Amino acid sequence: MMLRVANLHVGYGSINAVRGIDLQMNQGELVCLIGANGAGKTTTLKALAGMLLPTQGSITLWDQPITTLASHQRVQHGIALAPEGRGIFARLSVRENLLLGAYLRDDHHAVELDLQQMYALFPRLSERTRQIAGTLSGGEQQMLAIARALMSRPSLLLLDEPSMGLAPIMVQKIFTTIRAIAAQGMTILLVEQNAKLALQISQRAYVMENGRITLSGVAAALLANPQVQQAYLGG
Amino acid sequence: MRPGLNKLQTGWHALQRDRRSVVITWLALGLILACLPFLTELSLGRSWVRILDFTLLYIMLALGLNIVVGYAGLLDLGYIAFYAVGAYLYALLASPQFGLHWPVWAILPLGALVAGVFGVLLGAPTLKLRGDYLAIVTLGFGEIVRIFLNNLNTPYNITNGPQGISQIDPIQIGGIDLHQTQHLLTLTIPSTHLYYYLFLIFTLLIIFVSIRLQDSRIGRAWIAIREDEVAASAMGINTRNIKLLAFAMGASFGGISGGLFAGFQGFISPESFTLFESIIVLCMIVLGGMGNIAGVILGAILLTIFPEALRYLGEWQQLLLGRVWVDPNDLRLLIFGLALVLSMIFHPAGLLPSTRRARELHARRSILAQEQDSLYEQQR
Repeated sequence: MMLRVANLHVGYGSINAVRGIDLQMNQGELVCLIGANGAGKTTTLKALAGMLLPTQGSITLWDQPITTLASHQRVQHGIALAPEGRGIFARLSVRENLLLGAYLRDDHHAVELDLQQMYALFPRLSERTRQIAGTLSGGEQQMLAIARALMSRPSLLLLDEPSMGLAPIMVQKIFTTIRAIAAQGMTILLVEQNAKLALQISQRAYVMENGRITLSGVAAALLANPQVQQAYLGG
Repeated sequence: MRPGLNKLQTGWHALQRDRRSVVITWLALGLILACLPFLTELSLGRSWVRILDFTLLYIMLALGLNIVVGYAGLLDLGYIAFYAVGAYLYALLASPQFGLHWPVWAILPLGALVAGVFGVLLGAPTLKLRGDYLAIVTLGFGEIVRIFLNNLNTPYNITNGPQGISQIDPIQIGGIDLHQTQHLLTLTIPSTHLYYYLFLIFTLLIIFVSIRLQDSRIGRAWIAIREDEVAASAMGINTRNIKLLAFAMGASFGGISGGLFAGFQGFISPESFTLFESIIVLCMIVLGGMGNIAGVILGAILLTIFPEALRYLGEWQQLLLGRVWVDPNDLRLLIFGLALVLSMIFHPAGLLPSTRRARELHARRSILAQEQDSLYEQQR
């Protein structure tokens, strides 16, 4: 087991956004976490990335407890987050953004190679290396956020709502790329509101509701589940 | 591959051709800097060499503040406090106040260290603050330090209060007293000139450190924090330590500069470390070009020399108009303020903006334009 989350509680002040969830991931898996607005998906992801500290419960990565580590320490442990709303450095260039993704790495030569690999994975970015990231389109910014997260050579990639605010054609493109990254062996936890697309590309899935996990299982099975279909797939 | 290689070759040739002119430029610059005090004395008089000395002190201060404000984006309005810490440390350790007479080479590093500690003291409680809020706290910090210095004469007399500390030991290097005119072969070097050379060495040192920091991993981390702190921490940057480092580094530059000031001046009092001084140093980096070393130096030079030059306004009025109509001191600040406003209107990124800052200003406009476009689309 690569990632094990047990009885995780996370709150903002007195509000409990996540109320005791359990979640496991194996290496190389693409798992999605779906649910309605305000179900606690993003909060869960933030807790995994160390942006929020849980009030209860534990997170272990490769049997090592990482529950109390700060976000910058989790990057050292191999967790990378492409945050919701992209969280890119809007006034820095595409290349500078990508290099900051590799901030903790000392292997300059390998970083340069990875940079080329990212450009191969996202050709749109290679045409815009010197462009200011804030002037990219929404889809390109999302690509940049994912590429930047990959630059740290993570063992676990966390993606928060990569489809948010994007045109359908761009959403298709992003999801194709996510599948390609997963096919290369990356372990990915995908948080998505677009349940249908997320279930289609994932192996397993968790359904969240009011801070709790209500359903989980093989993605294809959930896709066929009438309960899920009615609640999240528009009947 | 081929065009890239060609470009590389022409670039290399250009470099080879250029290397000569680069060397010549540097040699000329070095020669000018070496002769500057003598040329200044000949053309403008001894008092202007003193102004030159102060210019160098301000360049050091501005470069220190540039680390905090320009690189890390932490608005500090109490920066002069670190200058005060360095100056008072020198004054207390090398004056009759406590009967201590430490050598300058012991005091200056200690001054940098103590100022750095003060920087961390300011930084630690303000880690979560940004922008206006940070500015207010730092402003308060600067005033607290000054008021402490003003009042630490009772119950134990440490700082001698508002009277300040006088008879501070002049800086001595290898038995050479910088307060005495020195003779080198046939050359007579007055004290102001000696201080000029000493300050020049320290200024060059601080410029060197600034350049190295800018291109380092730490420099990149500062920029990331300035842009987006949450995203920076998601990149694995320890934002707390990196911010404290910015405060400490900036403060230590101020501490060194303050120590040199105390030794040069021979007398210090809390009056030298008012909020106005903090604001002036901030103006230097904003006017010159935040984050760009050359710009910051230019800003420091202009804002030190310009107000001094405006002192001649009285004489000019006398000469041109027959009598002094407006007190030159009032006019001086007025014109000074007007010049700042004008330069901010026409050069919002500073006279010599860093390439990044210029791009950012440009980008911010196009981001705004884009957002407006999309808003417009939505409304339709």
